Amino acid sequence: MFADSLHTVEVAGLRVSAPGPDGGGRPIVDDVSFSIGRGEVLALIGESGSGKTTIALSLMGHARPGCRIAANKLRVGGTEVLALSRRELAAFRGRKVCYIAQSAAAAFNPARRIMPQVTEGAFIHRLMSRNQAEAKAVELFEALALPDPAGVGGRFPHQVSGGQLQRLLAAMALITDPDLLILDEPTTALDVTTQIEVLRAFKQVVRERQVTALYVSHDLAVVAQMADRIIVLRDGRMQEMAHTRRILAAPVHDYTKSLLAAAVPAPAAPTQAEAAGPLLQINGLVAGYGRSVGTGGPLVTVLQGIDLAIEAGSALGVVGESGCGKSTLARVIAGLLPAFGGTIRFAGEPLAPAVATRTKQQLRRIQIVFQMPDVVLNPARTVARIIGRPLAFYHGLSKTAARRRTVELLDLVHLSADVADRYPGELSGGQKQRVNLARALAAEPSIILCDEVTSALDTVVGAAILELLAELKDKLKLSYLFISHDLGTVRALCDRVMVLYAGRCVEVGSGETLRHRPLHPYAELLLSSVPELRPGWLEGIPPTPPLGMALATIAAGCPFFSRCTYRIADLCDHRPPPVQHLTKGAEIACHRTEDELLALQTTDRQLTVA
Amino acid sequence: MSGSISYPGAAGRRKAFNPVVLRLIGRRIVANLLLLLAVSLLVFLGTELLPGDVAQIVLGQGATPEAVAGLRAAMHLDQPAWIRYFIWLGGFVSGDFGHSLVNGDPVAALIASRLPNSLLLAALTTMVSVPVALFLGITAAIWRGTLYDRIVNIVTVAAVSVPEFLIATLAVLVFAVRLHWLPALAYLGGADSFTGLLRVFALPVITLSFAIVAQMARMTRVALVNTLESPYVEMAVLKGAGRVRIVLRHALLNAIGPIANAIALSLSFLLGGVIIVETVFDYPGLAKLMIDAVSTRDMPLVQACAMLFSAAYLVLVLLADIASILSNPRLRFQ
Amino acid sequence: MRRSASAIVGGGIVAAWAVVAIFAPLLAPHGEGQIVSTTVFAPISGRFPLGTDYLGRDMLSLILFGARDTMGLALAATALASFIGVTLGTCAAVSGGMLDAGISRVMDAMISLPGLMFALVVVAAVGSSIFVLIVTAAVIYTPGAFRIARALATDINVMDFVLAARARGEKTPAIMFEEIMPNMILPVLTDFGLRFVFIVLLLSSLSFLGLGIQPPAADWGSLVRQNIEGLGYGAPAVIMPAIAIGTLTVSINLMIDGFEVRRRLGFADVR
Repeated sequence: MFADSLHTVEVAGLRVSAPGPDGGGRPIVDDVSFSIGRGEVLALIGESGSGKTTIALSLMGHARPGCRIAANKLRVGGTEVLALSRRELAAFRGRKVCYIAQSAAAAFNPARRIMPQVTEGAFIHRLMSRNQAEAKAVELFEALALPDPAGVGGRFPHQVSGGQLQRLLAAMALITDPDLLILDEPTTALDVTTQIEVLRAFKQVVRERQVTALYVSHDLAVVAQMADRIIVLRDGRMQEMAHTRRILAAPVHDYTKSLLAAAVPAPAAPTQAEAAGPLLQINGLVAGYGRSVGTGGPLVTVLQGIDLAIEAGSALGVVGESGCGKSTLARVIAGLLPAFGGTIRFAGEPLAPAVATRTKQQLRRIQIVFQMPDVVLNPARTVARIIGRPLAFYHGLSKTAARRRTVELLDLVHLSADVADRYPGELSGGQKQRVNLARALAAEPSIILCDEVTSALDTVVGAAILELLAELKDKLKLSYLFISHDLGTVRALCDRVMVLYAGRCVEVGSGETLRHRPLHPYAELLLSSVPELRPGWLEGIPPTPPLGMALATIAAGCPFFSRCTYRIADLCDHRPPPVQHLTKGAEIACHRTEDELLALQTTDRQLTVA
Repeated sequence: MSGSISYPGAAGRRKAFNPVVLRLIGRRIVANLLLLLAVSLLVFLGTELLPGDVAQIVLGQGATPEAVAGLRAAMHLDQPAWIRYFIWLGGFVSGDFGHSLVNGDPVAALIASRLPNSLLLAALTTMVSVPVALFLGITAAIWRGTLYDRIVNIVTVAAVSVPEFLIATLAVLVFAVRLHWLPALAYLGGADSFTGLLRVFALPVITLSFAIVAQMARMTRVALVNTLESPYVEMAVLKGAGRVRIVLRHALLNAIGPIANAIALSLSFLLGGVIIVETVFDYPGLAKLMIDAVSTRDMPLVQACAMLFSAAYLVLVLLADIASILSNPRLRFQ
Repeated sequence: MRRSASAIVGGGIVAAWAVVAIFAPLLAPHGEGQIVSTTVFAPISGRFPLGTDYLGRDMLSLILFGARDTMGLALAATALASFIGVTLGTCAAVSGGMLDAGISRVMDAMISLPGLMFALVVVAAVGSSIFVLIVTAAVIYTPGAFRIARALATDINVMDFVLAARARGEKTPAIMFEEIMPNMILPVLTDFGLRFVFIVLLLSSLSFLGLGIQPPAADWGSLVRQNIEGLGYGAPAVIMPAIAIGTLTVSINLMIDGFEVRRRLGFADVR
């Protein structure tokens, strides 16, 4: 009894089974046991399919349709969850246990204002009057460092940003002072620079109010900042459970070790570039959507004045946050979105803007690979037929020849030959992405445009795809334009890296130069926002200036002006920044000189080089 | 509901009819007017496909060539088609619907004498069917998956699938012939008291409502269930909200657009059903007028009735569109 | 695709009617239009399972033969409407631009005419031969098929695998047939079923009003009309053909409900 009252959550022998094909149950969570003390934060780490969300939801007595929960003990705040009736369960949820979802935009009703949704929990469980609830909500808004805590409740969800919405979701969860707070990948959908603010706010509130929390994530670095103890999960089973510092410093289980390894991919060895001129050369690219009647340019400009060059056999990474235009860049090069201005040269010849006007050879040599494995393959066709299309279209292969070649291509991407007769619906995410690559390789291209190809995959699976890409680059002398929001992934594969912000290139250099100061102010912000695997990193970051209107298209001057710590008023917002060559071997677009940046950056921030 | 509470900072943001919304509504109105114009073209073309000489048909076989030529000139039949169209359209817009070929009465007068009857029938049907349908649809959504829901589903499927005249004849068979509760024909002259009125209208209204209630209830349920599968509803479940609260407070608000759409589209069924009902019950309405006109090839009357029906349909569609626009908070609050 | 009790029951009834329509001459106890009794409007009996009509003909035989007219006409019109609608809808979605806008406007105008009313107008103008009936019904219900196909194709058109095909340089017809249409099969089939129900109801309503198929051919709607006098006597001759229509349409709807594909079509119930 004494021991019981110390632990807010006690789980023993938890087992969740999904309906199997033959009527029997198929365990998706098997024999999981743990406990959480009062005020402690426990993290569940694992890839998709590991059961972490299922475990979190079962603490609320909630399961996917058809699934059954069973356990020797499933106690939260002294209440045995499995013994509750339907009505008692409704009274229990949202009161003793509260849930913060991954996507705040999905958790809020777009047709209602924010305040009634945040305070709804208090009304459902009849805890306080409307005035009391609203006052408490405003207090929580302040504690979560939301701008305009008094007024934000009166807005609609679409009128606030993603980072703010996530914090409002936290307020919604905390309004009833629950015994247990469940955070289910709350920052996964946010940009890296937004994530920091949200993590900081969460940590602050959790510490202040001594909240007991369960943090679910696949991101080890984030978890390292937030959790006291970590449980590593795989296929519904516990692999390892220990304090955070111990797991990071000395992991015992092999799976944990592979997770740690995948979280910090090793940087690529530089490739020898071919002596001949660049394979792909772009100058002054301007691209966007719609047509503005006045200027004759695009209505919405997404890319502005982009220059880049890719040698044969080398890889250029393009990094930036959502909305910076990196995907648009890939589409422009592929010909899916014709550019408004600038030139593109491929293999020494000018490249026409639209697919319809390019030669078949040009189309064949430039291939694009997309992000989402679920929609990237035609679900009504077998893999053989999918790969057979480019084989027939570009090479005119007969059926038997195509079949042979398909097996070769599948082997190249490390898939067995019997995958050829399967439908995409039968494949896993990693397998689908490999088929996606094989289809691109079927054309025998010179350059592959990779548009966030690992972003929708688990870390381990994605790391394997990265390895494959590196291997193919060496074997086939391929070039890549590799687009990602994850700097670590980009550095692992690419020789050179370009950082984009609001459609403009702010820094270009090798992966190595990006570790050394001076850096472009945005590149610095980006680098310092990437969570590191050591606890205490989050506390070590000084507060950043409030996020201004993110990515506002500023007509003249530097687009980063509103968020820049080193900005010069009246200069940076009026004149476009010049391109400077730095001694470290990179180029940046900034008004500040190299010496100024060096002085400012070394004193202001601690940037530990990983 | 939440709209009546004001928060600091919310002032000045509650104009529902802001310029964006007004512009959208304006565009829908213009689009529908253009559609009506296109419909008028279709109606005109359809009726001008008549084989044979209209003037000859009207005057009969024994008419003299001069009489036929005179009538042709009076009906502008020797003008090219597009001029005739504009003459016809112009007359329409100014309220002159031409004259009946059968008895020479002005079409406008004929329509005016029958229109109120049809409107009465339509209004009574709407007043009966909308509340019943909403009740069925909403309760089926609240208790979805239960036996009640399954029963409602089967009954409404059946009601939607069967032809109007089956319902009409069955109703007459049961209530008029076997039970003698209600009259088989709608004789409006016999409606001198309130109960008399009820007895006269009961069968036609019930027949019309049957299919419409089923249609509306199904569409309401679908709209609500679609909303109920939204992720923010799962969030409400995790907050501990009960079945009733979830449907009434969360789903209903978001489903108002699709539900209004459903009501408007289902009421457009009236336009078809009323044709059958007025025939079976011999009800002196606009649809019956049109049927008779069709049988006697009274083209001006047919054209006028067709235009009226289409205009009514377009009004309903417009109302549905406006409901959709107004219920979208992204448009109302920028 | 979950199969449920309603799907099986519905499917069974539809299959039964199809067999009846095809083998009517073999199954019917009496010849087509043969007068076999002096009793008109006879009630249900062992000799005449569905009674007799206003001329003394066997209702059962009349209904069996009528199945051919009802289902045959409706099938022809549905096939026409679906074929034109789906082709145009897919083209419009994939081509976009002026072609899409143009066809969509025309379809919007056509859908603005209430169906039965439009049919009345056409019949008033050109009479009601079989050809006219089929074409009119097809014209009324093509816009619905168009809208469904266009919505489906538009959703598929923006998926990455279609984009990948475009980036390869594939032309529009190849994309339509290889990438888009194979993913539309199930919803289009469902829509075909719904359209068939609408057209059966329309054609039988027209016949009931006397403006459909003309004698001596008689579909189920005409049979109801011919025997309307029997309503006063409570004769089965009036009600049986109507019930036949009901069983056909309800069972198709049950089938569609059973396969649970209806939801994706949204409000396809209305034309």
